[in-house]
Amino acid sequence: MVIELLQRLGSNTRDGFTKLGRGTRFLAQTIAGSVSVLPRPRLLLNQMYSVGVLSFLIISISGLFVGMVLGLQGYYILSDFGAEETLGVMVAASLVRELGPVVSALLFAGRAGSALTAEIGLMKATEQLSGMEMMAVDPIKRIISPRFLAGLLSMPLLAALFSTVGILGGQMVGSGLLGVDEGSYWAQMQAKLDFQDDIINGVIKSIVFGFVTTWIALFEGYDSIPTSEGVSRATTRTVVNSAFSILGLDFILTALMFGDD
Amino acid sequence: MQNANTQDTLVGLFVAAGIAGLFFLALQVSNLSSFTEHESYTVTARFQNSGGLKVKSPVSAAGVKIGQVSAISFDAKTFESVVQLSIDAQYNTLPEDTTASIFTAGLLGEQYVSLEPGGSDDYLKHEGKIEITQPAIILEKAIGQFLFKSAADKK
Repeated sequence: MVIELLQRLGSNTRDGFTKLGRGTRFLAQTIAGSVSVLPRPRLLLNQMYSVGVLSFLIISISGLFVGMVLGLQGYYILSDFGAEETLGVMVAASLVRELGPVVSALLFAGRAGSALTAEIGLMKATEQLSGMEMMAVDPIKRIISPRFLAGLLSMPLLAALFSTVGILGGQMVGSGLLGVDEGSYWAQMQAKLDFQDDIINGVIKSIVFGFVTTWIALFEGYDSIPTSEGVSRATTRTVVNSAFSILGLDFILTALMFGDD
Repeated sequence: MQNANTQDTLVGLFVAAGIAGLFFLALQVSNLSSFTEHESYTVTARFQNSGGLKVKSPVSAAGVKIGQVSAISFDAKTFESVVQLSIDAQYNTLPEDTTASIFTAGLLGEQYVSLEPGGSDDYLKHEGKIEITQPAIILEKAIGQFLFKSAADKK
């Protein structure tokens, strides 16, 4: 009984490491294959459409509502201290530093990541990938790398849009509905937020999240068991693992970036 | 699948919107726009205590921002705080006997350096010194003194 448990623990751990190893090799191949995408921008463009443009709506609507809620909640809290004028700082700082990159990455994993996994898993299940290999077309170069690049490029743009729409939403609620002075909303924000410390770090975060989410999504699809059940499991794993990695990495990145003033 | 041309347009729009968002964040939200390197000159002021003053804290005269704090250091010989103020070059007619004080904007606001012009005909120059300074008011000290005084009055 005990020995059996130990055995299972051991084999699970080994499987985990093996998968990580396969994933890393897959990542290396994908990055190496990215070079061959450059002469064929059409491939990248198609993927930018399905990864970026189709995520645009969910990201901007969520951003709007997150910003509006921040405006409301921030106003209630700050008005206790008579500091409503700093609403802009609160909304913008929380969006640019944390919520923008993190929430848009979570939405991205749910909207685009799961779609990528399902698509590639299905390609594998219907043997399209091995069919390509038969025709001497490298599926990594033809299928995986363009999607990887598209995810990497789309994510910072989506996060920037999320923050922008959110800040405008916060302004709408704050100065439109609750009567915070519009001038001080923007002026305080500009005085307190630093280009290097806040904006650039937020963009770096979103690039890292885009990298990890797209990698996980593509690898789970590529590595899935080629049955309908296998694909469905892989899709679930994509969303779960992406969420874990995004939140875990966010903690590490925040600790590194915003350590001292 | 839509025809390739519409798709291109949509991708183009998406990328343009994303880049516009980044520009918006850089220019409208952060301090990049106020960062356009103004010509400035530096003067030094020594304070007994610079309180919560930080690098980039505003320097103002008559309530108008005319520069910012560029460095703060501690002089281990005189035990004073040495504050470098970088002031926009267009305001180069501050008298030599200008007074620098550290004030707080509002009760919870940030601290800033306020310059009070004196009457001298000579102007402050680059790398000049402000001789007359007034340290930051430490709220705890002020409250302590007040309590002490009111206790003494009662006797």
